[in-house]
Parts: sequence; C-alpha cells; structure tokens
Amino acid sequence: MTAPVYLDNNATTMVAPEVFEEMRPYFSELYGNPSSLHSFGGNVAHALDEARRKLAALLGAGEEELIFTSCGTESDATAIHSALEEFPDKRHIVTSSVEHPAVLGLCGHLEKQGYEVTYLGVDEQGRLDLDELAEALRDDTAIVSLMHANNESGVVFPLAEITEIVKARGVLMHTDAVQSVGKLPLDLGELPVDFLSLSGHKLHGPKGVGALFVRRGAPFSSLLIGGHQEDNRRAGTENVASIVALGKAAELAGEHVAEERERVSAMRDRLQEELVARCPDTLVNGGAAPRLPNTLSISFGYVEGESIVLLLDELGIYVSTGSACSSDSLEVSHVISRMKVPEMYAHGSIRFSLSRYNTATEIDYVSARVPEVIKRLRELSPYGRE
Amino acid sequence: MWDYSDKVKDHFLNPRNAGEIPDADGIGDTGNLRCGDALKLYIKVEEVNGEERISDVKFQTFGCASAIAAASALTEIVKGMTLDEAKQVTNRDIVEYLGGLPAPKIHCSVMGAEALQLAIADYRGETLEVPGAGDIVCKCFEVTEQQIRDSVADNNLTTVEQVTNYTKAGGACTECIPDIQRIIGEVLAEKAAATSDETPGNERDAKIRRLLAEQIGPALGAHGGGLQLVAIEGDKVVVAMQGACAMCANVHGTVRDFVQKTLREEVDESISVEVGG
Repeated sequence: MTAPVYLDNNATTMVAPEVFEEMRPYFSELYGNPSSLHSFGGNVAHALDEARRKLAALLGAGEEELIFTSCGTESDATAIHSALEEFPDKRHIVTSSVEHPAVLGLCGHLEKQGYEVTYLGVDEQGRLDLDELAEALRDDTAIVSLMHANNESGVVFPLAEITEIVKARGVLMHTDAVQSVGKLPLDLGELPVDFLSLSGHKLHGPKGVGALFVRRGAPFSSLLIGGHQEDNRRAGTENVASIVALGKAAELAGEHVAEERERVSAMRDRLQEELVARCPDTLVNGGAAPRLPNTLSISFGYVEGESIVLLLDELGIYVSTGSACSSDSLEVSHVISRMKVPEMYAHGSIRFSLSRYNTATEIDYVSARVPEVIKRLRELSPYGRE
Repeated sequence: MWDYSDKVKDHFLNPRNAGEIPDADGIGDTGNLRCGDALKLYIKVEEVNGEERISDVKFQTFGCASAIAAASALTEIVKGMTLDEAKQVTNRDIVEYLGGLPAPKIHCSVMGAEALQLAIADYRGETLEVPGAGDIVCKCFEVTEQQIRDSVADNNLTTVEQVTNYTKAGGACTECIPDIQRIIGEVLAEKAAATSDETPGNERDAKIRRLLAEQIGPALGAHGGGLQLVAIEGDKVVVAMQGACAMCANVHGTVRDFVQKTLREEVDESISVEVGG
C-alpha cells in the first residue's frame, strides 16, 4: 500500500522519530524551569545549551548569536522590529513581492504606520533583479528583508550576492530562511547577514518553535519584554521540549543535507520529468532558476487547483495549490501571479514538496495518479479543447 | 480546508450530466479564466403538449470543487423542467440542493443560476442585458453595479463581506469596497423608503430618519464606521452596520449605548434598535 503520500513538506514536516524521542522526557520527567536555581531546573538549562550548540553548528553561527522564538513569524518580526527601533529616523524597508505573509503582512502594517516599503519584483522564473535591489537602497533604508528560498516556487535567491550589495551600502540585512535551513548548506561564518529566521517544523522538528540568528554587534530590540530568558532578548519561559527537539532536528538536518541535495532532488527531478511528459500543457514554475532540492511547482493548464488537490486527496496524495479558490482572498497566490504565469495555467498551480522520508515507490505512485486526475478534470473543462 | 457537505463532495467526485451537447438548443456561458471559474451550460429543449421542457442538459466547468458540484446540481434540478419553471430557479435553490455551501463559495451557485438564465435566453433568441464596461464596479472580477444591486436586494445583504461571497466583488484588490458600500447603502435606503413611506406624514419616523442620517451616521463615520436604516417597524428600528462598525466586536454595545440611546432621548423612550438586514 503506497498511499498516503505526503508531498506538502513546505507546509510542515513530520517530526523525525529521533527528534520526538529526544523531546519526550521534557514533558513528564525533566519538566523543570531552566531559570530555577536548583539542579532540577539547572539540568534543563543544560539541555537548552546543548540544543543551541547543535543549531549553531548547523548554521556556522556562534551560540550566543541564536535566540529561540515561537515560530518563523516571530523571528521575522523581531528582526525587522530591531532595525526600526535602532534607527528611528530610517523609515524605509526593502523586501520582495514574493515574501511569506510573515514579512509581507508586517510590511503592510508598517506602511499604515507611515513607513515606506519597496517591494522588489521577480521575473517569470521567480528571480530578483539585483540592479533593482541596488537602486532601491537609500540612505534612510533601515533594513532589507529577503527570503532565502521561496515557499511556493522553491526558487532560491542569491543570498551571498544580495548580502554583499546590501552590506556595501551599510544597510542591515535580514533573511527569512525558513524554507532553506536543513535543505541547503548554510554557513553564517561566510555569509554576513545580520539576521536570519528559521522555523522548527519545516525541518522535522515540532511546530511552535523557531529561532532568530542575530549577528554579534547587530542592533537588537526585544519584541517580548519581561523576564530574563534568552540572555534578556526574548522574555517568556522557554518552550523547553520543543527547543531540545529543534536542536536534535538541526543535528539530523546537518547529517542529511547532502542526501537532501542528491536523493531528494533526484526524486523531485524524476517527478517533474514524468509529469511534464505525461501531462501536456504544463509549466514548471521557476524551472530555469536555482531551486530548493525538494520543491516542484507546476501549473497545469485548463484546470483549477482546488479540484486537483481534492481529487488527489481522495487518492491519498497530499499537496497544495496556489489557486484562488483555495484561499479566502479569491486571488491566485501572489507568488504565482508575480511570476506572470499565464491565466490559463495560473489557477492550476500545484506545489509538490518532498522530504527525505519520501520513497521512489511513492514518486512512482504520484507520477501515475496525477496525470489521471488532470485528464479527468480537463474532460470536465470547457477550455483546452481543439 | 473547506467544509463541504457530503452532497457537494458527491457531486464533485461523481458529477452528473458532465459534457457537452453538440447540437444544443441553448448555451449559457459564464465566468472567465481570470476569475478562476467558468461554466458552460448546454440545454436541449423539447416541446410537449405546447410546453417547452428541458429534455437534456449538460455542463462543462473550469473551477473548484464547489463550482463543479454547483453545476452538477443545477443540471439535476432543471432536467425535465418547463422553461418557465427553470426561469424561476435561483442560486438559493442550488445551495439548498447541495445542503449548503461555505460562504466564500456561494458565488459558485450564482454562476450556475446565471448560466441557466443565459442558456434559456440563448434558446429564445433573446439577449440578456449585458451591462457596458462603464458599469463595472469590481474590475478584478468584472462585476457590474447591477449584479451587486441585484444580489443585495434579492438576498438582503448588508455587508461588503456578504457581497464578496455572493459576487466575488471586492475579493481581490479591494479597491472597489467603498463603491460596494455605497451600493449597499443605496439599495437598503431604497428598501427602507419603500417599507416605511406607506404611513405618510409619520413625523416620528421622519425624525428617526433625520437623526440617523444627520447625526448618528456621521458620528460613527468619524470612527470609520457607519450605519444604514433598513426598516422602521413600529417601535423597532432595524439598521445595518457598515465599515468598521460591521467588523467591530462591540457592535451591539454601540447600537444599544449610542444609537438606541440617542433615538430614545431625542424621539421616543419605547424605541428599540436592532441590527439586521
């Protein structure tokens, strides 16, 4: 029995069994508060140190440069907030039009408060124009926030080149690396970003935990104020079990990054080849750009995404869509529309996102079933006929 | 995840009467690619004992699960009906047949009803009034002022959100929301005038109307809100809340402690104000 096949790993991932084992005792046995003076709490504090060490190792960061947060969104908000608090006279932010809602929503909110935001566009392959970035930077730019890899298209922005341009202008650089940490090798010793956000549940850790990298010497201003946790930078009792889990997930991710690049990307490439070969009138979004090894975004012409997702659901295949009907907004996903996918295709955009837990047999099953579903819906459609 | 009824799921997974009728007597074509859903409805009409009946009907849908289910349900509803009966079918019949649709999906049933009217008109050689581009309020989904007016009037809609659910208007760039708000206000005002003007010379009602329009409305407007008189039924004054008020968690407090209080003080102690449409 092949199904169910979970190919929605950019939405969230399975907690790795080793990760779950590691976090389990911190609910029932080792439940001390790491801030306590007694050894029962102190031992828990050591576990947090250990998790921080593991995550720092994955990123090539210093342990004191990491703050545990509750999620990617909190990390993004903290980074941008820090820059704005540090430079009250700088009222300009640069980001892209294809960022995650965690950044786009915040920027929209800040615009209402009088900040100015420049949204960089992308080309049809989802790529940034670095000249446009250079031109967007101003003397009053407080921070640039650009994602490392896009959650929908999987397109990877050239972070090293971007950071070089931004730092040359003396502007703070934040990257939302929620989708790339664990999937792409990253060395913050070599990459001089000031802030980097990541999230536990995208790399086989649990939901409800994230981290923010803050480079030594970079300005910082807490979002949550109160207790002394996280070296006075993030108040609130630590989510110990989940932080321990994130440490373990980071350790495993480090061990699997090479596999992700080779085995997972080989499966993704095969799925892409099969689907393009078996389904006429399809477009691979970002196919000519550098992409995450696990992500395949395909737009199927003449059919609508929600229908595809729900028919695949019936077959035990779990994927996601950027179609209008899948969201409250009634609009095609901002990423798909910014990439100027033609209307005939845009509504049929499907994201397949793999993980190291997927198998070749599963990919065979999906490669066989998806074309049947597309064919069935095209037979219902008034479009795409001779 | 959308919360679809079993009936919607069934009609989505096993659509009835899917396909085309090459020699159809009438075709109704509605929706478009830009909106992300489209429906082409084919009808075959037979004359039996002087009555025109829909003897066969088929559909083709480009759209989400509920768009497919709504079209499938529509074909089951109208098959065998006389044209006069079919002309009376509305989107609410489709929603009812399906055991309900999630609010943001109501427009799928509206599309079904539209396609049916277009197919009947096509068979009869009539042209349904196609509003000119100048009448388009929502540019994203090409929704006209008349379509919004009709949906507000027919379904007693009072909020922009409801209009979006029924027509999609305002669901994308949101630029036309002030226009939608204006249209809702106008339609409700027309309705209110039609219901309460029947007692001419009623000075009390006139005073209520004046206070709402000149004092209470502008005061709420200063906070981004607003209200519209729906009806005056004896001592009961029914209003529809708009703008920020419509979204406010404390809307009933505002109505009681401000709107009702003002009317009681200025007009009559026995007045009660209710929110409705």
